[in-house]
Amino acid sequence: MSARIDSAGKPAAQPDQLPTAAMSKAIRLPNDRWKLLEIAFWLLPVASWFLFPNHLVLISQIMIVGLFALSLDLVLGYAGIVSLGHAAFFGLGAYTAGLLSVHGWGEPLSGLLLAALVAGVAGLVVSFLVVRGQDLARLMVTLGIGLMLFEAANKAAFITGGVDGLSGMATAPLFGAFEFDLYGKTAFWYSLGVLFLLFVLLRRVVNSPFGLSLRGIREGGRRMPAIGANVDRRLKVAFTAGAALAGVAGAMLAQTTQFVGLDSLGFPRSAELLIMLVLGGTGRLYGALVGAAVFMVAQDTISGLDPAYWQFYIGLLLVLIVLFARGGILGGLEKLVHAVKPDARKEEA
Amino acid sequence: MIGNMIGVLFDGIAYGSLLFLISVGLSVTMGMMNFINLAHGAFAMVGGYVCVTLLSKMGLPFLATLPLAFIAAALVGLVLERTLYRRLYKASHLDQVLFSIGLTFMAVAGATWLFGPTQQPVNLPDWLRGQVHVLGLDLGTYRLFLIGVVVLVTTALVLLIERTRFGAQIRASVDNQAAAAGLGINVSRVFSLTFALGSGLAGLGGGLGIDVLGLDPSFPVKYMVYFLLVVAVGGAGSIKGPLIAALILGVFDVAGKYYVPEVGAFVIYTLMVVLLILFPFGLVRRKV
Repeated sequence: MSARIDSAGKPAAQPDQLPTAAMSKAIRLPNDRWKLLEIAFWLLPVASWFLFPNHLVLISQIMIVGLFALSLDLVLGYAGIVSLGHAAFFGLGAYTAGLLSVHGWGEPLSGLLLAALVAGVAGLVVSFLVVRGQDLARLMVTLGIGLMLFEAANKAAFITGGVDGLSGMATAPLFGAFEFDLYGKTAFWYSLGVLFLLFVLLRRVVNSPFGLSLRGIREGGRRMPAIGANVDRRLKVAFTAGAALAGVAGAMLAQTTQFVGLDSLGFPRSAELLIMLVLGGTGRLYGALVGAAVFMVAQDTISGLDPAYWQFYIGLLLVLIVLFARGGILGGLEKLVHAVKPDARKEEA
Repeated sequence: MIGNMIGVLFDGIAYGSLLFLISVGLSVTMGMMNFINLAHGAFAMVGGYVCVTLLSKMGLPFLATLPLAFIAAALVGLVLERTLYRRLYKASHLDQVLFSIGLTFMAVAGATWLFGPTQQPVNLPDWLRGQVHVLGLDLGTYRLFLIGVVVLVTTALVLLIERTRFGAQIRASVDNQAAAAGLGINVSRVFSLTFALGSGLAGLGGGLGIDVLGLDPSFPVKYMVYFLLVVAVGGAGSIKGPLIAALILGVFDVAGKYYVPEVGAFVIYTLMVVLLILFPFGLVRRKV
């Protein structure tokens, strides 16, 4: 950030943009202005409040899982770190909020902050291990940390409730006024509010020079040091931020459902998260939200079937996405738009 | 106390050699094709189910089912390599991970559909049950048999890779694909055959391991970490590295579960993280 402010303290954006303007057809800097489509997208959850009043619980869970998927998008889609243990941070956040609440601290917002702090610190510690290796070692380290935490929560039943899960939570009313009700009305607005705020923040981050440098590292990590980027430090920051966001998502799920299960830490959750993200499309933020929504609605409708069949189709879907539809739903839509309207490419950032 | 320790060590070595047998194919595919294959455990599961089915439904003797487990898993591996895997050799690691997770899920669901979600029992022949006395120690007969088989297979594998023409082609393809192809080696055929061989060995391990590892549809997910661990810690693309890694992991896992059962699998995960921090590129680093 500081690089863009000159000695007089004014933004030095003008000289920066000169070369870009000349080759604007080839490369575009991310545009931070909100597009019409984005505004329409954010009206959808508000509309769903009126259209599906009986499904508010599901919709809030979609938003919470959407936030979780966003956190992985930062780590995987932007920074390019393949993580198979992201649920570790989700679970850490969930257990932090859950334990606070069980022991009498039920205030939700401070619970979120503390969960973010705990998950963020854990993420910072793990990030030192993550930046050391290449893809395989990263995969193993994240997988191993996730399994370790799962084992720890499983064995420490006297704290976490073990296999039975952590129950007996009592989340205090939001702002001291809005009780978390059975129909999920408060939970709905709470999830939407937190999701939107963090999304705006994340959107700003990925469109900032820092976000651009992450993409640079993803595309060619060896060249980035040549233009003065401290690759390891940036990856650590991205991983830590992703972990903290996942912690917030976990805490929110714990607070709104008033229960933390052992599965919030498990490998299947990390794998499902990956599936949602690639289903929606990586590295584009909205992909995480679309993927989470499609996945969870599908899961909800098909849950009447045998879970084993659900798993089969999920597997098939993954194989098909990888073989034929890299980019997921949003990537496919983008291709479709370009095919119909060839000059649309210039308008897109 | 000492006998106890030797017993644990023995069980650990038996367990480790089984892990090695299943994982060695993964090591070769990772080293040779640079492919992260999380579905490797599914091939072991294929072998396991072939063994169980032949034993209980058709009444074949145990020893006769093992080669068939090898052949079945190798065939499945060959077909999948020819049709799907080879499309992704040049893809990013993320794509490979997603693809193989997808395959694993399908294998798990398929096995549940075909065989039900329960553990499969295995009836070992009488001569493999019980214990034998060796130098005043009671050793499990089956585990001794297991170690024997793995020693035989490993020797055959080393001879194949070090002494035969095909082995030379494998080594050449691992070292430098382009140069190997330039010398007239049919690299894509070598890849297919190696993949089939690795899958077959996993299938053999799966069949041998039913008594030790158990067999149910969640097998590929449950042991995925162990197989990956053997390769990640041992270093991909070699035989010696995974062998050492598998033995270390086997011994520590058994010892951990025996001496400190209250922390359970924690020992192995801690060991894994520590080893990966100390050796981010594996114990035996392949020369590039």
